[in-house]
Amino acid sequence: MTAVMERASLKHRLAEKGVDRVLWLLVPGAVFVILLFVYPFLYGLQLSFQPKGGGSPFQNYVTFFQDDYLAETVWITLRLGLPAALFNVLASIPIAFRMRGRFRGKRALTTLLVVPITLGTVLTAEGLLAFFGPTGWFNRILMALGADEPAKLTHNYWGVLFSLIITGFPFAFLLTLSYLSGIDPTLEQAAATLGASKRQRFRTITMPLLAPGLAVTFCLSFVLAFSVFPSAVMVGNPAGETHVMSIAAYETALRDNDFAMGSAIAMLMALVMLIVIGVVLIWRTTLYRGATGGKG
Amino acid sequence: MRLTARPVVWLTWGALIFFMLNLVGIVGAVVTNSFAETWFGSWLPDGYTGKWYGEAWRDYRLLDVLGVTFQVAIAVVVISVLIGVPTAYALARRNFPGKKLLNVLFLLPILMPPMTYGIPLATVLYKFHLAGSMFGVIAANLVPAVPFVVLTMTPFIEQIDTKIESAARMCGANTFAIFTRVLAPLLVPGILAASILVLVRTVGMFELTFLTAGPTSQTLVVSLYEAMSSAGIRPQQMVDSMAVIYTGSMLLLLVIALRFVNPTQLVTRLKEPS
Repeated sequence: MTAVMERASLKHRLAEKGVDRVLWLLVPGAVFVILLFVYPFLYGLQLSFQPKGGGSPFQNYVTFFQDDYLAETVWITLRLGLPAALFNVLASIPIAFRMRGRFRGKRALTTLLVVPITLGTVLTAEGLLAFFGPTGWFNRILMALGADEPAKLTHNYWGVLFSLIITGFPFAFLLTLSYLSGIDPTLEQAAATLGASKRQRFRTITMPLLAPGLAVTFCLSFVLAFSVFPSAVMVGNPAGETHVMSIAAYETALRDNDFAMGSAIAMLMALVMLIVIGVVLIWRTTLYRGATGGKG
Repeated sequence: MRLTARPVVWLTWGALIFFMLNLVGIVGAVVTNSFAETWFGSWLPDGYTGKWYGEAWRDYRLLDVLGVTFQVAIAVVVISVLIGVPTAYALARRNFPGKKLLNVLFLLPILMPPMTYGIPLATVLYKFHLAGSMFGVIAANLVPAVPFVVLTMTPFIEQIDTKIESAARMCGANTFAIFTRVLAPLLVPGILAASILVLVRTVGMFELTFLTAGPTSQTLVVSLYEAMSSAGIRPQQMVDSMAVIYTGSMLLLLVIALRFVNPTQLVTRLKEPS
């Protein structure tokens, strides 16, 4: 009798902490994420400490930083990812600003801005090669306008940067627009009745409320740009100027069959990305994070 | 005030129009080339033909590829909803020790570049001889898909009133009946939105499929990439017509998706768990 009561009370106490039979629903999800994400990741981590050629556990990492061709990939990737993400976020702000409120054709314009998502990297790459190529329409127009020689915009840094902007901008724009429309417009109207100019309202009301959202947008855009792979191969110069980390990781792991070294590069890639995101998110904690007064 | 605002407005629209013109040029160049007889160093091609579409369809065995893409995408959608929705339900309704950790675990696969976990995942799948098959491709694509369903469905379930469930329980419904007859109908709009987004993401997912696919389990994006990187023998126009087919099907999916999902609202919901 008492045993039954104790069991009941244990169940009761657990339930108060939120532990009851509903949590069984978590099992498939938890098992899945552990089996297919955590386990492979940890497996890759320990594999990266078992260099193919033997030697010290850190050999792969030492090799990475001693080999200039590999070590340079970090800077190449950052040099592409940071400007692309920054540009996409900064360019979305004024455009999202104009797209607030209601006007005719808003839905059509939003759709038009989102369409590049569907292009995919290959069509973008083909298009960039054809359009910006030496005999492409862009250079033809430039020449017709009096340029001396065609601008070199493909098979180098610029081609990859353009492709990152084309595929990344719609995404950054959608996020920024959603954060911006979550800000209550009456706050700005109140400031306007107190005599704040347009610029003052932007700097002291909209920007502080928007900044945390922009930080998140920047992080997500950066992740997208940082993992650049297909376009760096197709419109870039994958052996030189745009030899990014993901190309290095893929080539060592699956082409040279050195999974240990490939995993090491993948781990370093995750590390660099986490550092950048960490810095941005720490900066974000210094910002105002209260309610934005909107529907969000 | 007007005077200071005007140049900014003009600059914004001007930049936008410039961007759009370039975009039209980029897409237009590919579409034009896919219909071109030959096109070398002139403003427009010498003649137009639709034969490349037929040749690309046959040579790249696009029917098979589309079949694989469809099967992979549907499998990923169904499995990720089956796993993700119950998880999202538990996360939305209960506060329990370790919830924060679990939330982070479900956020990481979305935040990480696919290459970083894709390579270890491919290594593990190769070790167990699962890579190179349809199973491997589906498993790899589920890694970001399940967390995506969890993240979009959790806020959606949070906004459903718990009183409805309590009422159903009072009337004698068991948990299974509550799920199938009370919650499921309420969840349909959210599940539909999440599934369509997962579908679009899976069809467009390059890295994970590329790392795990074998010759018979390539999706459209991957075989398009392979076609382009191994071009040379085949005319460029064939690759271009294949790219147009890919973009056309993605566009169709996106138009369908936009009918069910308002993108700006969905992203606002997403920001809460982060």
